[in-house]
Formats: sequence, C-alpha cells, structure tokens
Amino acid sequence: MSVLTTNYLTPTGREEAWRFTPLKRLRGLHDGVAVQSDRESLITKGALPSGVTFTRENLEPLASSDDVIIERVRGAATSVAHLAIAANTEVAEPIFLGRSAGALDTAEFSRVRITLGTHAVATVIVENTTDTVLAEDLEIYCAPGSNLKFVTLQEFESKSVYTARHHAVVDKDATFKSITVTVGGDVVRILPTVEFKAPGASADLLGVYFATAGQFFEHRMHVDHAVPHAKSNVNYKGALAGKDAHTVWIGDVLIRAAAEGTDTYELNRNLLLSDGARADSVPNLEIETGEIIGAGHASTTGRFDDEQLFYLMSRGIAMADARRLVVRGFFNEIVSEIGNEEVQNRIMDRIDAELEKAAHNG
Amino acid sequence: MSTLEIRNLQVSVDTDNGTVEILKGVDLTIKSGETHAIMGPNGSGKSTLAYSIAGHPKYTITGGSVTLDGVDVLEMTVDERAKAGLFLAMQYPVEVPGVSVSNFLRTAATALRGEAPKLRTWVGEVKDAMEALNMDPSFATRNVNEGFSGGEKKRHEIMQLELLKPKMAILDETDSGLDVDALRIVSEGVNRAKAANNLGVILITHYTRILRYIQPDFVHVFANGRVVEQGGPELAEKLEANGYADYVSK
Ligand SMILES: Nc1ncnc2c1ncn2[C@@H]1O[C@H](COP(=O)(O)OP(=O)(O)OP(=O)(O)O)[C@@H](O)[C@H]1O
Ligand SMILES: [Mg+2]
Repeated sequence: MSVLTTNYLTPTGREEAWRFTPLKRLRGLHDGVAVQSDRESLITKGALPSGVTFTRENLEPLASSDDVIIERVRGAATSVAHLAIAANTEVAEPIFLGRSAGALDTAEFSRVRITLGTHAVATVIVENTTDTVLAEDLEIYCAPGSNLKFVTLQEFESKSVYTARHHAVVDKDATFKSITVTVGGDVVRILPTVEFKAPGASADLLGVYFATAGQFFEHRMHVDHAVPHAKSNVNYKGALAGKDAHTVWIGDVLIRAAAEGTDTYELNRNLLLSDGARADSVPNLEIETGEIIGAGHASTTGRFDDEQLFYLMSRGIAMADARRLVVRGFFNEIVSEIGNEEVQNRIMDRIDAELEKAAHNG
Repeated sequence: MSTLEIRNLQVSVDTDNGTVEILKGVDLTIKSGETHAIMGPNGSGKSTLAYSIAGHPKYTITGGSVTLDGVDVLEMTVDERAKAGLFLAMQYPVEVPGVSVSNFLRTAATALRGEAPKLRTWVGEVKDAMEALNMDPSFATRNVNEGFSGGEKKRHEIMQLELLKPKMAILDETDSGLDVDALRIVSEGVNRAKAANNLGVILITHYTRILRYIQPDFVHVFANGRVVEQGGPELAEKLEANGYADYVSK
C-alpha cells in the first residue's frame, strides 16, 4: 500500500507544522503504526431534502496536501463520502451529518467531499461524538455564486484522537463560512484551509475551543489569496482551564502578488481560566502585493476580567455563575453564528459543563 | 428599618509604586429612608469609599468597620453584600460582552430573590422598569453596557436599582453625563425606589442640580480620604459658591 511511500514524510516534531503537536498521543496516525479499520462512520441524520445527495464515490482530491496524515488517508481510504447540493438548490434547514460509531484500538481513515453547485445555498452541520481515532481529509467545493455555512462540532469523548484537514475551494462570488467548535477529545488537530479560485469569493473562518486538563486542541488555518478581490475573515476564540490544557492557533494568511484588492483580517482571543494551561497563538500574515484593501491581525490572551466579575457579583450573582456568564458571553459571539438554537444550546451547556469540571479539578 | 454604619474606615490600594493610603478614617451612618449627599474634590476618595463598601477586590481594608444592621459587611463576598441589600450604581458601569441585559437582569433577580422570577410577570416587570427610565425595549437584547452612551449606562444602573430593590444604595456620580431630561428621569427613578422600599441613599455628586430633584437630609464634605464637614442641604449651596478651598488646604 501507499503507506510506505509516505514514510519519508513522517514528522519528527521539529517541523514547523508539527512543533506543537504531541506526536506520541496521535495513536500512530502520523507514522503508519495505526491499524486501519474498515469503519465508514459518516452518516446523514434524517431525510435529505430534494436536490441533495449523499453517496460513496471515487473522486480525485481537489487539492494537493503536504500534510502527512492527509497523504496517509488518501492512500488508505477506498472511497469518498460525497454530499452534493445541486445547482440552484436552496436548502433552508441545516443538513446534518454525523459520526457516532468509533473505536480506540483501530483508526478510521476517511475522505469526505461537500460540493455546492452554482448558486446553491446550504448549511451543513457535522456532529462528531463518541470515542474514536479518526483521520479525515474533508474537501469542499463552492461553485460560483454558491453559499455554504459549514459547521463542525467536535464533541468527542475524552480519549478521542482526531486529525483533519477541512479544505475549501471557493469559486467566483461564492461565500464560504465555517464554524469549527472543539470541546471534546484528547488530541484534536484541524487544518481549516481555504483557497480562492476567482474574484468575488469570500471566506469566514470562525471557531471556538475549550480545553480542560490534559487536552490538546490545535487549529491551524491557511488562507491562500492567489486571486484578486477575495475577502477573508478569521475569528477564533478559545478558553483553557486546568493543568496542561494546551491549545494552538496558527493563522497563516498568504496574499500573493496577483491578489490585488484583497481584504483580510484575522483574530484569535484566548481566555486563560487557570494556571498551568497554555495557549499558543501565532498569526502570520505574508503580503506580496501592496495593492490591497486591508490586511490585519490581532491576538490576545487574557484572564478573567475582574471588573466584569465584580460588576456581575455586585448584583448578587455568585462567583461561579458570574464566571459562567462571562465565559458564555465570550463564546456567544461565535456560537450564535451557528444559527440553530438546539445546537447552540447544546454547545453552551457543554461549555458550562467543561467549566464546572475544571472548577472541581482545581 | 436598616442602618449602614461606617466606622473609622481606612482603605489602601496597591500600585506599582507601593501601597497608597486613600481612605483615612471615614465615619458615616445611613438609616433607611435617609439621603446623604457626599461632595468633594476629584481624587478625594469618594469612589474608593463606594467600591470598598461594595467589596471591589482592588481595595484593601486596613482598618475600621462597615456593618449593615450590626452584621459585618467587610467579611462578606461581593454577591453576599448585594444579597444583604447593598447596591452600587457605578461611576463607570462595566461592559460585559456577549451577555444580554435580559439574561443579566434575570440572573441577578434569581440570585437576589432566591428563586427564578415567574417568566410571565418578569417580562412585564422588566418592560415597566425600562419604560420608567425611558429606555428603548431593544436594550433588553443588547449586551450589558456594550456600546451604551454615558447617559444610557446611568439609566441602566437606576433601572437595576428599581428592579432589584436593595435596602441601601450608593450612587456614584449617577448625575454626571446626563442631559437635563435624563437627570429628571433618573432622579424620579431614585425617588420611586426611596418611596417604594424606604431606601437609604449615599449620593456622590459634584453638582447641586441633582439635589434639587433628590432632596438630601445630610450633606458631607469629603476631602483627602475623610469626611471633613457635615451639614444640611444649605451646605451644598455654600460649596457650589465657594468650592473646596477651605477644606483641601489641610
Ligand atoms: N489603582 C490605583 N492606583 C493608584 N492610585 C489609585 C488607584 N485607585 C485609586 N487611586 C487613587 O486614589 C485616589 C482616590 O480615587 P477615587 O476614585 O476614590 O476619587 P474620587 O473622589 O471618586 O474622584 P472623582 O471625583 O474624580 O471621581 C485618587 O488619587 C486615585 O488616583
Ligand atoms: Mg469617583
């Protein structure tokens, strides 16, 4: 199998892309040691609306990858789970996909494709639960004029290892918005990447993560502005509580020489809720042309704002409830963008639970 | 009938250049239904007094006592002080991103009343309180103080005063930054709270204008971390005419 041909790519931990990741905890996904299962866990929830299909196909990758795990997935997966929304189809209700079957002794190598036809409009919500070892190569194509809201919910149990690339190719005048929520798992490493195919394309990459004791969550964006007049906006918010909670946020934005009229901004804010947690935040803007509308980045890492807690408590609200309100408020800006009340409430409740767990563990 | 007693209160703050003593022995006694105006120059320690009574973590109490009906307030956490019946309308109300006014108010009312207010009556209660302060209903869905104008923040504070029904309220420059109409609206709110709950009030201000709406029973001059003179409403007029020169010369 092609696993052997990729061995030369096996990371040592010294590579820029891998320098934060605890390779030893990847359960062999990166070095070929993981035993492949024949699980194909991704399923749709509920009936699909007309104009939407979900099939298993053989598809060539949309884009190349320099990520060793993605290469291994491409060598190992025998088919691609393909969700297609036909041209001119507007789906009002979200389309739910999910993974709830998993195992820790074997690894699932999964390829997924989401295709939006021209002028199609849809919201896709992917729910990842259970305990599993999963490497995923997920590619999205937004045809001209289409509009996709893509929500992924990492609500794994505590032992899961999940590494993925979520790569979106956004064509002329298409709008892509992703909301990535990571609140569960042992190691989660997601590469939300975007490439623009033609002018008028736009991408919003939003995310929240909450890591408690011992958890490692990495989100490594890459936005490639290779064409003129595309727009991108990145906004990730994270909270950490507990010993050795570790999060990594990397925001690589590349504005190539041809990408005149680019407008981009990236923001990462972290809330450190206890000692012993570590948030790495690295915005990285590379600009090869001066003819742009705007390019900026900001990164902040802070603790609870005493003034906010004091204000709330001075109205009779107990410390624990005040902290809960502030944390919910912090995440609300992004969670409310999901646009589905049931999912939003579930995520907020999970965040409450994580906060509570952290408070009890000191 | 409640009594808030402040005895020889001494307070300091830690700064980069060491500890600074701000309150140097404050004595005040406020009873239910009474209104005490505190006037004094910038930096004399008025807000420090207000924050210290409310329990702001920045201030260290180095001496003296504060009791409400004989119970030690300084031993209480911030929320316990509110539950005991103390309320502080802040000079600079704090923005709390992502937390809606309605969620905030309901959480506070639940904490203070010991149970969640019945949804049906609660909605009406909030609506009435906002109307009374001439606040647009859309404020309920906005985030706490976020993007509020100076005057809107002050109206929001007094709206909470009416809704949360404390026994004793400290109003720290609630009148600053209010236009003439807002001053009247806010003063009426304070007077309603006084009438409804026999509220005791410490009213910190720089101007006699608000004292025409909210009649003080006592006026205290505050300078250099302590009360340096006490009198009736006429003292305020005298201060307005003469300033604080008599008091700050030490
Ligand atoms: N954290 C701090 N570091 C240094 N000095 C402080 C700090 N907090 C308060 N002070 C000082 O304490 C003094 C009293 O401040 P306070 O805010 O109580 O005054 P105030 O009487 O309310 O004034 P104003 O009328 O301007 O509102 C001021 O000189 C202020 O600079
Ligand atoms: Mg002040």
